[in-house]
Amino acid sequence: MRDPFREGLASGWKHIDASELAADRTFEADVVIVGSGAGGSVTAELLSAAGLEVVIIEEGPLRTSSDFRMLESEAYPDLYQDSASRQTADKAIKILQGRCVGGSTTVNWTSSFRTPPATLQWWQTAHGLKNLSVDAMAPWFAAMELRLHVGLWPLPPNDNNAALARGAAQLDIPVAVIPRNVKMCWNLGYCGMGCPTNAKQSMLLTTIPAALARGATLISRLRAEKLEFSGNKAVALEALALKPDGLRPSGIRVSLRARHFVLAGGAINTPALLLRSHAADPHGRLGKRTFLHPTLVSAALFDKPIRAYAGAPQSVYSDHFLTQAPVDGPLGFELEAAPLHPVLFATTLHGWGEAHARLMREFANSQTILALVRDGFHPASSGGQVKLRDDGSPLLDYPLNETFWEAARRALLAMAEIQFAAGAPWVTPVHEAAVGYQTWAEAKQGIANLPLAPLRCRVVSAHVMGGCAMADAPERGVVSDEGRHFQIENLSIHDGSLFPTSIGANPQLSIYGLVARNASLLAAALAGKPRPAIL
Amino acid sequence: MTTRREFLKTGVAGALLLNLAACASPPESDRRAVVLAALIPVFLEGALPANGGTRGELITRTIAGVEKAIAGLSLATQKEIGELFDLLSFAPTRMIVAGVWSPWPEATPEAIGKFLESWRHSRFDLLKSGYAGLHDLIFGAWYARPDTWAAIDYPGPPKVE
Repeated sequence: MRDPFREGLASGWKHIDASELAADRTFEADVVIVGSGAGGSVTAELLSAAGLEVVIIEEGPLRTSSDFRMLESEAYPDLYQDSASRQTADKAIKILQGRCVGGSTTVNWTSSFRTPPATLQWWQTAHGLKNLSVDAMAPWFAAMELRLHVGLWPLPPNDNNAALARGAAQLDIPVAVIPRNVKMCWNLGYCGMGCPTNAKQSMLLTTIPAALARGATLISRLRAEKLEFSGNKAVALEALALKPDGLRPSGIRVSLRARHFVLAGGAINTPALLLRSHAADPHGRLGKRTFLHPTLVSAALFDKPIRAYAGAPQSVYSDHFLTQAPVDGPLGFELEAAPLHPVLFATTLHGWGEAHARLMREFANSQTILALVRDGFHPASSGGQVKLRDDGSPLLDYPLNETFWEAARRALLAMAEIQFAAGAPWVTPVHEAAVGYQTWAEAKQGIANLPLAPLRCRVVSAHVMGGCAMADAPERGVVSDEGRHFQIENLSIHDGSLFPTSIGANPQLSIYGLVARNASLLAAALAGKPRPAIL
Repeated sequence: MTTRREFLKTGVAGALLLNLAACASPPESDRRAVVLAALIPVFLEGALPANGGTRGELITRTIAGVEKAIAGLSLATQKEIGELFDLLSFAPTRMIVAGVWSPWPEATPEAIGKFLESWRHSRFDLLKSGYAGLHDLIFGAWYARPDTWAAIDYPGPPKVE
């Protein structure tokens, strides 16, 4: 198997592993980009295409296809924030978020949706983002779909996804095929541990190589600590090299100077960097309204193997329950399947002792549906807030309120009904007090009476959004619709923290499309030339 | 919302106990091993062989797996896990907050099971999250190992050449 990234490094791409630095360093560039995920990498490609000198810094390590051995024991500590167990302040929500070169695009399950029209329309009417119409954004999504080879998954779904489709069809709930950013995909099912065959068109295989081939510099294992300001300009970024463990600063300091800074560390780390830097925030908007698509889990046992570990992890979805009420009404949810691997399933599943072991023995016959709740539209769904711990590290406080739990109960009911309709003889919501049900009638009554509360009912998230929201005026947000900071003139934000609400679909393509637009505008402004053609 | 530290300062245990627990003497990983050696057979009942020569060895390997997992967590999370095990290691807090009256090596599976259920369904978020942390560390360490996969019919990752 080829490893194109390693071949590129051998051909002279500039990569520095900051854990190997022996002395303090200073870098100068036209633009310094913090974070190498969906936002930072698309920006790096487009700015370098405009002839700008770019440095990308990344807190996580550089891992490439030859490192991806499809083992949870290696992938989680290597590639995820907090070993795939980042949590909200009260520990009621576990968050899967990438922390490696390529960010979450290296480890996501490849679902690639355009920002739903209902979301863009709401942003136009409720958040004043008049420029972000469905028509205005369509070419940017189309360009990124082409760039990242996004297409409807052409193979039959695996049995895990097929059960969702079958159950939904029984109940006349429409489902659709998921577009994925893959090319020559082997249909293995290990996207969450890094793609070993270079099929996933993540940033690691596309935009980062393009930027490096044009002379950009990538520095990994470097933690952005603090921006220094002079008046209303950012003048330097102070960063800390990490030890090879990726956790502790080595004591080596790196100072980065640039004409312009782009923050793209994800919707927890970007607001946290600005908070640590005491960035101007005259209207108190920074780090507020952080959204998660808080997600409920329903597990079913079938009487035949499902093998949810094998095959494209997500290939079927339903947005039926997003369309049953106005966008700002009772919270809607998207239904998707979730791949199961031993550690992910065993830690998600409630219970201990024989009760847990019994379910684990049925691992191969287990099927799981996720309900991703669309947060940020209803007046009582204002999300969470990014704060700093005493040591300066970020902490997301996301209280789960009654408005959420009302939706959670509907979601648990909908998932159980679909699983029974698909032929499951046994279904349980993942909930500490749930004992499992053998019929839909039993489940309907049981779930209606389940006490829904934090740390009782399992809630997870793989989508962090908001915290540096776009707005039409400084009183209502942190940045303009172009991602330009309202107070700091040479600072842009190019990641999921831009979103004023959640997306209502897996967000990677929303980030790609919006950032492609904004990076093109930024490239034109900085290079003093017309906008580059993006392909 | 109550953080662990705030809860301990205002809750049943009190600031004095927290400080004393943090000062309990042996190295952190040794203290943790004593607690884990008692908890692992209870969490893993039905997965761990009931008896026989390998049982002790598998418990030891699971403890090592938990230590490795903790070492990969962010420093802030490692500190919280440290506080959780301080609380469980220190006899007065073990008795008052966990309700386990015997030292861990002598605690019966029934007493440990009662403790797990009391934290799992506690009205305090702190104790619920403490249970959840133990749950994730122990099950994560167990099922990360290829030798546990045959029992759950997981073939392991496919070959990619």
